[in-house]
Amino acid sequence: MKRLATKLGFYASLFVLVSPAVLVFLWMISLSFKNELDNTAFPPVFIPDPPTLKNYVDVFAQNNFALYLWNSVLVTGGAVLIGLAVGVPAGYGIARGKATKFAILILVARMTPALSYLIPLFLLFQMTGLVGTITALVITHLVITIPIIVWIMIGYFENIPMELEDAARIDGASSWQAFRHVALPLAMPGVTVGGILAFIFSWNNFIFSVVLGGKNSRTLPSAVYNSLTFEQISWGPLAAAALLVTLPVLLVTVLAQRQIVAGLSAGGLKDG
Amino acid sequence: MTTTILPAELAERAQPAPFTHSADFTPRYWLFAAPAVLVVAGVIVFPWLFTLYMSTQDWKIGGGPEFVGLQNFAELFRDTRFIESMGHTLYFTVLAVVLPILFGTAAALVFHREFPFRGVLRTVFVMPMMATPVAVALVWTMMFHPQLGVLNYLLSLVGIGPQNWVYSPDTVIPTLILVEVWHWTPLVMLIVLGGLAGLPREPYESALIDGANDWHMFRHITLPLVWPFIMVAIVIRTIDALKAFDTIFVITQGGPGTASETLNIFLYLQAFQFYKIGYASAVVVIFFVIVIMLSLLLLYARQKSKWNA
Repeated sequence: MKRLATKLGFYASLFVLVSPAVLVFLWMISLSFKNELDNTAFPPVFIPDPPTLKNYVDVFAQNNFALYLWNSVLVTGGAVLIGLAVGVPAGYGIARGKATKFAILILVARMTPALSYLIPLFLLFQMTGLVGTITALVITHLVITIPIIVWIMIGYFENIPMELEDAARIDGASSWQAFRHVALPLAMPGVTVGGILAFIFSWNNFIFSVVLGGKNSRTLPSAVYNSLTFEQISWGPLAAAALLVTLPVLLVTVLAQRQIVAGLSAGGLKDG
Repeated sequence: MTTTILPAELAERAQPAPFTHSADFTPRYWLFAAPAVLVVAGVIVFPWLFTLYMSTQDWKIGGGPEFVGLQNFAELFRDTRFIESMGHTLYFTVLAVVLPILFGTAAALVFHREFPFRGVLRTVFVMPMMATPVAVALVWTMMFHPQLGVLNYLLSLVGIGPQNWVYSPDTVIPTLILVEVWHWTPLVMLIVLGGLAGLPREPYESALIDGANDWHMFRHITLPLVWPFIMVAIVIRTIDALKAFDTIFVITQGGPGTASETLNIFLYLQAFQFYKIGYASAVVVIFFVIVIMLSLLLLYARQKSKWNA
């Protein structure tokens, strides 16, 4: 009897913990599949009947949604690829060279509010005529991707025993070859984790594009925000757009949840 | 920085090197970091230094800089809007740290157990923190609508009258905290869960033999052992709560009036709405000092938890 009560209590607390997450996402889906009449009905209509795809059609037809999607792909893709190319060797160098001070600098960069980079970079891009270009956004997004990748890679390289690389060098391998053919393959899980987290934080970033993005170079989050302020608010298309913006990230979360959990409980830091 | 030696560094220095390397040990590895050093110097260190310079200038976008020393800082501390935004930030931060820590720790204890569909439910639980903040904030905005919002309808089902949510100065910050708690409790859960996974078994076995109940075991074994992880979560949460921007900006833009204007929102408006570059930079410098102090605290907590990244 007591066991049953404990078990019921356990499942009750599980329900309380998980339901807010479920409810918000379900409501988002519900709004995006209902017509405008049902979306503004009170009491609210919960299940779209009949479900309509009109909101999704509107999102693509009435906005430059495809353009903004492509901008997001370019900015996030560019910042993650450059971040990996620069950050993975740096993580190795810092871990093996015990460059504690540079590691601390990276950590502080990780914690500093994104806004604090924005004023100087904005002035710099204004002087060089780069405001409103994709290039400016890619450069700025490096502020997000490089620290997280370096920070995660330091941890992975520190856990790889030195002896293997020493053996390779005794056999005549150069430092680069020891990194490229011995350490890097062993640290590939870290590269995956770092890449995924950098993708998520860069994709989700909002403020850089609000300030630096032009009418045609905006990324998705700020484009959707602008459609809220500058056009007639209608809930259906807005919810559909919001869902489309966050869908890639949610899919990655579901597909790579093991890596994400590993990376976050190790790196433990999110973007600001 | 030269006088600050972290405990772990001290320990490291005291230990003899386990393996003798050739003389070019450090320079060789620096080459790997060189490209990153260049990029970091350009997009991270340069902005910091430039901000420091700008904070001593009277500078509006369109005009030129004029050196004014520490006048921006003096002006800030006379600016009631700034002082009020500090107050809002403190209010927001305290609750946006305490509540996720409590719920996140509880959630970690739940997800530490074995039960059917644990993996799926954990993924669902973690989703809020991965979702694009702007997208989620838009949905919350619709849910808070006083007449048509689903939240007031759900409250009416349990006999609670309609709330004003973000539309009243009295309830706007608690409402934003609700969103923040929803968003970031999963991060606390993941950190504490990582701590629980590394717990030894023996203390529990001997405690069971001594007849301890669940609460005793939690209070006297689990809590002390995972405390370093909770500390790490507290510091990370504090820094993140101080930096909170996207959801507040999308949902209220600091309003109604200035009722939910936190430090970060104040900073944004000064820089990009009023174009007071020098003044906003002074706010960044103050922000930066707070964040550095908290980062050092985090490093200290992280070393204490013997936590391997």
